[in-house]
Order: sequence, then structure tokens, then C-alpha cells
Amino acid sequence: MRRVIITGIGVFASSGKNAKSFFTSLLEGRSAVRRIQQFDPAQLSVQIAAEIPDYNPLDYFPAKRLDLLDRFSQYALLASKEALDSSGIQLRDEERPRFGVVTGTGMGGATTFDSGYYNLYAKHATRVHPFTIPKIMHNAATSQVCMEFGAEGPALTTATACSSAGHAIGEAFHLIKYDIADMMLAGGTEAPITFGMLRSWESVRVLATGNGDPSKACRPFSADREGLVMGEGAAMILLEELEHAKQRGARIYGELSGFGLSSDASHITQPSIDGPARAVRMALAEAKVSPEDVDYINAHGTGTRVNDFTETQVIKEVFKDHARKVAISSTKSMHGHVMGATGAVELAATILAVDQGVIPPTANYTTPDPECDLDYVPNQARETPLRVAISNSFAFGGLNAVLLVRRFE
Amino acid sequence: MDVSAKVIEIIAREQHLDVSKITLNSTFAELGIDSLDGVNILFALEEEFKLDIPDTVAQNMKSVRQVVDSLTRVLEGKDVSDLVAMAKGESSPGVS
Repeated sequence: MRRVIITGIGVFASSGKNAKSFFTSLLEGRSAVRRIQQFDPAQLSVQIAAEIPDYNPLDYFPAKRLDLLDRFSQYALLASKEALDSSGIQLRDEERPRFGVVTGTGMGGATTFDSGYYNLYAKHATRVHPFTIPKIMHNAATSQVCMEFGAEGPALTTATACSSAGHAIGEAFHLIKYDIADMMLAGGTEAPITFGMLRSWESVRVLATGNGDPSKACRPFSADREGLVMGEGAAMILLEELEHAKQRGARIYGELSGFGLSSDASHITQPSIDGPARAVRMALAEAKVSPEDVDYINAHGTGTRVNDFTETQVIKEVFKDHARKVAISSTKSMHGHVMGATGAVELAATILAVDQGVIPPTANYTTPDPECDLDYVPNQARETPLRVAISNSFAFGGLNAVLLVRRFE
Repeated sequence: MDVSAKVIEIIAREQHLDVSKITLNSTFAELGIDSLDGVNILFALEEEFKLDIPDTVAQNMKSVRQVVDSLTRVLEGKDVSDLVAMAKGESSPGVS
């Protein structure tokens, strides 16, 4: 069976504009949540998000190129470039049909949508800009990445809310494993920080308001949790078939060896325990590891009561006695909930944790919750060798994706 | 109003080109304007001149001079049916 390894990582997110600064920030337990600066949030009851600080697109792209790039495509391109650069790969033209791209996004070109509709409905414009459709379509990021880096192989976009990137990377993993492709750039991207999107999430009543200090707003698994905080950004992972990577002497970050996916088939927002548990078991089974082999779980860990309680139950259900030994953390406490990109941002953190043997903490953990009584690696990073780690994504809509990474041997 | 100067200014702005690079004789091909760029320029012209340019007229705009001529006639409210006839049978601007 073909093995799939990780040879490149790119992150462009609130906690860092490259993989190294991103992971350093997580290890320091630093939150990137702040008062929203992309627009004036004064009318909102929730005025905080994990934004990419001081982002000016013209620092990265020529003006002509930007005309056709919504922010979510910009982030995907920037993360992809780092993933490819860090891999040191020099693509030959004949390899391009076996090189593909999968990105996940929940919302697509949300900022373009928002400003277009504002012009149409509020300012009574009679026309909408002709680049609106090519910018907002969910596959725009995948297509732009393919065009930029000459990927001519399998390419698609997944849109499964908060599991989008998990499914994207899992699909890419299987495309290589089952001999459809040799190299895949896979990940997720999201730029959802708009007035309309914040209003919509606000009304679901799952957002933390962060009154006082925004950096303390997201407190997953802590009894004083207040809810989730929206984030933005992208992460892209370069996956490569083992022999292909060996031949070019690639630096190997780890092996992707399990992907579990399932549907709760029960409720449009409320997660079940059975659905996520099946996805975790499926990932373990594909990787042929037992629950006791898992040293670290990067939790979905949104910081809503429902998620924290359900995810804790899922872990107890699958891992039994080992549930009390496995280290669990929610890095969303720092980089926010990056929606359709979050599975990729968190997998990047998971891969780097396995590669470097250090677990990023759950930040802002203050008070034990009797219903969430496992080891959530509170506030302090923990150095420890990691053999196997999983990254959970449990989405609105009940569509679950679990990815399993192991130290390469 | 100098329609030519305004058209050249808009094309330069939308294509991120220097105005000095564009003359009445420039063709869209020479300026690297593809079908999607063309639709964008039409949008900018419609916004600027506060008018609608019918698809059938738009299809004939393949050079700066054609844009200026067509636009002038639309602005003057002249009959553009000959332009429409010319375009008949041709496909619509090529965005799939």
C-alpha cells in the first residue's frame, strides 16, 4: 500500500504569518484574538475576532492580480507558497498531471459577497461587479492555487462547514494512497470577518463576547467558557507519496496515515457522540493503531458548552481508560475558529507537535469543569515525544473529519 | 466631454496600465485584454457614463477606437441596429 507523508507546511493565520511564527506563538500560549479592525464593529454585540494583524494585500500581490482575488484566495496562495517553498520541491513538467490541489472553505469569498450585496441593496447599485462570481465561488482558491503553481492533477473544493479542511486533506491523502496522484497541496482557507457574517453568527448565540480582555475570550474546556471566537487565515500541507519524496531526499515532517469521516445524521447544529466517535475509530483503523497508541488529540475544542462536553464524551467512548492519559488541547483558544480552514490550521499545529515533540496548550484555561475532566494541557506547552496524534473536526451539519498523523519511521 | 480620453483613462485604470501605453489604435489583443477583462471594462464604462451597453454592441468592442465609436453613438442616442446586425450570429462575450 502506498504511504503518504508530509513534506511541506504553510500557514498564514492570526497567530503567525508563517508556520514557524505560528507554532512559536501557540507554544507561548499567546492568543491572537483582538477587537475587529477590518471594519468598525461598534454596532455588534460581539466585537472581537482572531484577525491576521496588519494585513495589506498589496504587500503580497500586484494590483492587477488582486482584482480577481478575494481574501480567502489570497490566504490560500500565501500558505501554498510557503508549503511548496518549505518542501524544496522542484516540479518537472511531466509530474504536473500527478500534482493536485484540494482546499476546504466554508464560506468562499465572503468579503466580496458582503460588499457586493451592500452596494446592491443598501446603496441601490444597478449592477454588480463582473468579477464577483469568479471571486466568490468556493473553488476560486483551489483554481488560483492550481494556476499559480501549475498543478494539473486532481483538484477540487470541499465545503463542509468547520470540517471543510479536514475533509480536503483527507481526500487528498486518499488520492495519493490510491494512486490517483503523487503530490497534493491540501488544506483550507477562510476570510469570514465581515459585518454580515458576524451578525449571522451572533444570532446563533455561540460567540464569546470577550468583554474586557479579548485575548482571554476563548476558553475551551474551562468551566468559565463563553463560546467560540471567529478567526481567519489558511493552512496548506504538501502531501507526497513516500517513494517520490525519498527519491528527492525530502525533509519529512510526519506520516498521514488515517482519515475517518462520518455523518451524525441527527441534528443540523447539535453534535452527537456516535458520529464523531465513528470518525475517530475509522481513522485509527485505517492507520492500524489502537487507542492506546495515541499520545495527543488536537481537539475540535470550540469553547461552546455543547462541543466541549460532547467531545469529552467522544474521547471517553473511544479511548476508554486511555482517555485519562492522552493529552488533549484546543489551539482554537489562540488562533480562533478558522471555520472552513480550521482543520488545516490545527493539522499544521498537530504535525509540528509530532515533529518537534512538544504539545501546544489550551490557553485561557482557568477553572476545571466537572463534566470535562480530562487532560487539556492547560496554559503551558508540554515537551514529550509523540508517536501518534489525531486532529478532530466536528462541523455544523454533523459532518465529521478526523486525521491521524504519526511520527515517520 | 472627451469620450476618447475618458475611455483610455478607464482602460488604463482597470488594466493597471500607464495611459501613455494606450492609443485609439490599440487593439484589446495588443493590450492583453482577455474576455473577462473586457467584461470588467464594460462594467467600468457603464458605471462612469451611467448607461447600459447592450451585449450586441459590446461584442464589437475589440479595440479602443471601436469602444469610443460605439460608446459615442450610445451616448448620442443614435440607432445602433447596424452594430446589432453585425454582431448577429456571433457568440456572446466568452465567459463560460
